[in-house]
Amino acid sequence: MGKTGKTIAEKIFSRACGKDVKAGDYVLADIDRAMVHDITAPLAIKAFKEIAGDAKVWDSSRIIMAFDHQVPADSIVAAETHKKLRRFAEEQGILNYDVREGIAHQIMVEKGHVRPGDLVVGADSHTCMYGALGAFATGIGSTDMGFVFATGKLWFRVPETIRFEVNGKLEKYVYSKDIILKLIGMVGADGANYRACEYAGDVVRKMSMAQRLTMSNMAIEMGGKAGIIEPDEETRKYLKAIGVKEFEEVHGDDDAQFSRIELDVTGMEPQVAKPHRVDNVVGVSEVEGTRADQVFIGSCTNGRYEDLKIAAEFLDGEKIAKNVRLIVIPASRSEYRRALEDGLIDIFIEAGGIVEFPCCGPCMGGSFGLIASNEVSVSTSNRNFIGRQGSPEGKIYLVSPATAAATAIYGEIVNPRDIR
Amino acid sequence: MILKGRAWKFGDDVSTDHITPGRYYHLRSDLPELAKHVMEDANPEFAEKVRPGDFIVAGKNFGCGSSREHAPIVIKLAGVSAVLARSFARIFYRNAINIGLPLLIVDTDGIDEGDELEVDLSAGDVKNITKDMRIKAKPLPEVMINILNEGGLVNYVKKYGDMVI
Repeated sequence: MGKTGKTIAEKIFSRACGKDVKAGDYVLADIDRAMVHDITAPLAIKAFKEIAGDAKVWDSSRIIMAFDHQVPADSIVAAETHKKLRRFAEEQGILNYDVREGIAHQIMVEKGHVRPGDLVVGADSHTCMYGALGAFATGIGSTDMGFVFATGKLWFRVPETIRFEVNGKLEKYVYSKDIILKLIGMVGADGANYRACEYAGDVVRKMSMAQRLTMSNMAIEMGGKAGIIEPDEETRKYLKAIGVKEFEEVHGDDDAQFSRIELDVTGMEPQVAKPHRVDNVVGVSEVEGTRADQVFIGSCTNGRYEDLKIAAEFLDGEKIAKNVRLIVIPASRSEYRRALEDGLIDIFIEAGGIVEFPCCGPCMGGSFGLIASNEVSVSTSNRNFIGRQGSPEGKIYLVSPATAAATAIYGEIVNPRDIR
Repeated sequence: MILKGRAWKFGDDVSTDHITPGRYYHLRSDLPELAKHVMEDANPEFAEKVRPGDFIVAGKNFGCGSSREHAPIVIKLAGVSAVLARSFARIFYRNAINIGLPLLIVDTDGIDEGDELEVDLSAGDVKNITKDMRIKAKPLPEVMINILNEGGLVNYVKKYGDMVI
């Protein structure tokens, strides 16, 4: 009897439910780690209390809380929410990073809460970012999270896998952000719906962890349930650097079943997602000259040290255009400190930018750094839906940190290659 | 259960930002107030004019984007009896069922704004009274039918104590 091999997703679900399962099977799986933040935690706690009353959560050591959307509290409503969440975390003995450490997704990765092979859920759609470490991580809603808090389990349909093989030679000033935008443009906003994405190929293998996290982060923008990158030397190097020692890597079998999409990036120019869809992707040359009112460099997608360094290399010694407001927000306290120690923050401030404390910032669309009607935001974040950064009459273009920095200098969208 | 109401037609890829814009997040602890802005960025008239029992009828990938459960909650609070779409984004799909908002995966091309619909949820039959047409829905997975039959995941767990797959 021919037994076919398994994908990484199938292997992780088989381990987490204690049965040999394949894509299409329904399972009740044990959750290794769960994350909630200040927007989704209140409804999760409500659901948990409706299910479990005053009981303790299934395992407080496996739940992580962080406040990152309305931080520091931007209203009394937000302050009251934070207060309630703090109390819940204290009562339950849950590790709560509060407003102190930055964006929940970045914290989950850099504080070692995610290991290869883990099954992780987060009450936020960009939880898929942790797939860059070889985990199966996916976003869930609050009621599902309430169920996880109570039982430590969740039902899933084991997903099929689409493997994106990225090969070729990456041009200068073209990054993983440009590649993931290109892929989303190729398959569309639901091109990977219900399925696990896997990123492979020479170009992905050569990427640093920071670059990989950007790709995994945006799997959801094509409907992906996860954005997995098979662990390799870079994964091990990263985990060693953050002090994660014990983990079991999960690798896909050669004869596993998956569909394949190939991309040769040779000659590809920087990519831009035009308003109001993430899959509305064009080469930068098509939108060059588009006037910008605000440039945002940050978010869970592109707010890491490496992203800031790329932007700072452009902005070093330059001044931003008069018509532009530049907002820079490091993804976490530790990335912020690295940027500070290396003089990057100084460069942003010298150039005329505003540097904010780590949080979601304008990408949350209801806190600060919003745009007005008919304004254009050029942003390194992950979504450009109507109203995502403020006025529904505003427009958002999604770009890499390099394109964002170049745009800030010129006050209009430019190809970063042209100014170097 | 037979549901009756008018169709409100939307296109493809309606995101949770269209349904519950981030600029109203300060209202999230007051869900009835948040519901006054439901679907605002997809159709600004919807919240004011929707009547209890009406249906949201959309193209593919309805509910894409964030995991915010406020999206299906405010649709339900607005009185919408079910959402009919060619396909749903997966997090919204789960969230809606979990809070007891019925969803049907159907070919919605033949339904226009304002059409009177009659929906038999358990049979998955959609009758377009205005056009005298019948459409069959793709059945939901068994686990989701079981949750929906109890009115949502919380009721389901309260009744059965756990979940069996």
